[in-house]
Amino acid sequence: MSSPFSINGGACVAMVGKDCVAIACDLRLGLQALTVSNNFPKIFQYGDVFLGLTGLATDVSTVSDLFRYKVNMYRLREERNIAPKTFANLVSSSLYERRFGPYFVSPVVAGLDPKTSEPFICGFDSIGCIDFAKDFIVSGTATEQLFGMCESLWEPNLGPEDLFETISQALLNAVDRDALSGWGAHVYIIEKDKVTKRLLKGRQD
Amino acid sequence: MPGFDFSNYNRNAALHARGVPLPKATSTGTTIVGCIFDGGVVIAADTRATSGPIVADKNCEKLHFISPNIWCAGAGTAADTEFTTALISSQLELHSLSTGRKPRVVTCMTLLKQHLFRYQGHIGAYLVVAGVDPTGTHLFTVHAHGSTDKLPYVTMGSGSLAAMSVFETQWKPQLTKEEAMKLCSQAIEAGIWNDLGSGSNVDLAVITADKTTLHRGFVKPNERTQKLKSYVFRRGTTAVLNEKVIKKEEIGNYVSVEELAEEQLPGGDKMELDT
Amino acid sequence: MAAMFSQNPLMNGPNYSFNDAPRTAAPEGARQHRFDPYTDNGGSTLAIAGADFAIMAGDTRLTSGYSINSRYHPKLFKIGGTTADQKDATIVLSVVGFAADGEALKERLDAICKMYRYRHGKPMSVKACAQRLSTILYQKRFFPYYVYAILGGLDEEGKGAVYSYDPVGSYEREQCRAGGAAASLIMPFLDNQVNFKNQYEPGSGVGHALQERERKPLTRSEGEILVKDAFDGAVERHIEVGDGLQMMVITKDGIEEVLLPLKKD
Repeated sequence: MSSPFSINGGACVAMVGKDCVAIACDLRLGLQALTVSNNFPKIFQYGDVFLGLTGLATDVSTVSDLFRYKVNMYRLREERNIAPKTFANLVSSSLYERRFGPYFVSPVVAGLDPKTSEPFICGFDSIGCIDFAKDFIVSGTATEQLFGMCESLWEPNLGPEDLFETISQALLNAVDRDALSGWGAHVYIIEKDKVTKRLLKGRQD
Repeated sequence: MPGFDFSNYNRNAALHARGVPLPKATSTGTTIVGCIFDGGVVIAADTRATSGPIVADKNCEKLHFISPNIWCAGAGTAADTEFTTALISSQLELHSLSTGRKPRVVTCMTLLKQHLFRYQGHIGAYLVVAGVDPTGTHLFTVHAHGSTDKLPYVTMGSGSLAAMSVFETQWKPQLTKEEAMKLCSQAIEAGIWNDLGSGSNVDLAVITADKTTLHRGFVKPNERTQKLKSYVFRRGTTAVLNEKVIKKEEIGNYVSVEELAEEQLPGGDKMELDT
Repeated sequence: MAAMFSQNPLMNGPNYSFNDAPRTAAPEGARQHRFDPYTDNGGSTLAIAGADFAIMAGDTRLTSGYSINSRYHPKLFKIGGTTADQKDATIVLSVVGFAADGEALKERLDAICKMYRYRHGKPMSVKACAQRLSTILYQKRFFPYYVYAILGGLDEEGKGAVYSYDPVGSYEREQCRAGGAAASLIMPFLDNQVNFKNQYEPGSGVGHALQERERKPLTRSEGEILVKDAFDGAVERHIEVGDGLQMMVITKDGIEEVLLPLKKD
């Protein structure tokens, strides 16, 4: 049997731009080589923070609901939205709590700091080690392909329109070389005063 | 200490029994070193984090804060070094508050080894503990199973042999601060160049009786070279099927917000607000 | 709490919801003999075919495990020249995987090309050489050369030709191909920048009506730039790739070789 991380397949990527961040995911849900659904988004919005989750689909659903609950409780207690940095630490400690029985997910967090509007992205392994990056974060079964794409396409200070093209091309071409991801994509471009969500045309094979 | 949650353990053990491999954690392949000099101690680390043969983080922090005068370099499973040092840092602070004394390096080392021994090596943290306390300058290594060492110069991680070769050829007793910094930095560089698990930059911390100085990016010999071409696409290159824009000021369309007058407030006390 | 106490008296551990509990010791007297003749020596290769040229490239690092065995171990070999120094060769072979097998394969293919020239009084065409390489690989179907080979040259019309192989001889002529450790990092980038995959003509339509960006053949300098940038990206993210970039450009005037530095960490 294959690794729990590659049973259902899926890919997610986040990038930093000039005064904006982007996060994108594919839409495939599979059972090994069989595609079950082409509408399984892996990005979840909690207030101003975005969470991308790849890995075992049952854990993707469980963990996304768990964080919806935790973020709502935070909002009730604190009477404000959670900041991306705070949320990243919440994800980290929640995952490490299950050090010896982890959820099979590789989360990605993206958002703008509510006070300074500073772009913030980070990624995690399944037991909560944070990877703070100033450029891009990738996760899922197309990790290697995404690293290759991002490492050559990404450059600093891309505006929202250029960042959209860069992240979309990085994701689309990466998933085309991975049998377990693809079947369309969602891309979120997060700016200070608006969020743009786009559905991409991608190969349906 | 609140413990770990094992509720997924049975499920994962069942999967493992059917031959499913364990998840790949980010590991810090790593070169970490420490070296005592006259009046203090230096610790240093590289900044590469790997997941298999892939570099997960090119510039991660492997020098962890324990207390102002005690720092720790970590190798092994990245999450374990991060959380174990944070946990012991917290325990040590509470301990020093209750005793009214400055934290000691031996105390830190003992807490770490007892914690790690309890978990029989399952917490994969390999640490170099260094610091200056009222009893003097100390340098230890702590292994994941709980064993410890006390030496004037130490190395750990996959690059430990490369780094130790530098110490064994260059080290001498009674080093000055500058000599110790240079030696540690060279030892890490030996790991960066010759061990595939280590790479990028050298981080270095100098601890003396009166202060600690953290040099993040002490040497940066691996800056990325300029790309020969810009790969920015013409706008409109990607095919979009659907687009939705949510503006901040339109958020009211999705959430109803209503200001209530004072007499409309439900009975009971008015909420106290911080001003 | 019930899950803590197993119905299996042998192991008071977790319950298994499946029939197959972990196997314990092997049956008594059972012994397993192993023979591990292969090592993965890392590294990566890349080839692009142009209109009247072919670019072959590979890094020069040789690794085993976390160690670097050599910082200059070429993966690119000129094949089928008249002399040992291969001055007049027109075909390039790149091999990545198990270095010893790569070396052996190159020696064999080169010897065969030289024999062909001796017998027929003319150099082997890339097409013939490509077919012969496939045969060599398949002859060792059940004890393969553990290598991913790429063969580059100019075809009978003078166009750039790149042939890529799997370890047992399945092959295909392609426009471009990456092989080895960082193949999965480089290949999507090549799809995007050489074949313009997923790129459309801006403003040429809406949604599904959008026109694909037209493919046009790469110039030689564009190709060389792509190769360098692709390897720089791979070096950043793959620990087994680095040290040096060996590049050979095959044109009608012969083979030009360049060696560029890569990061060494």
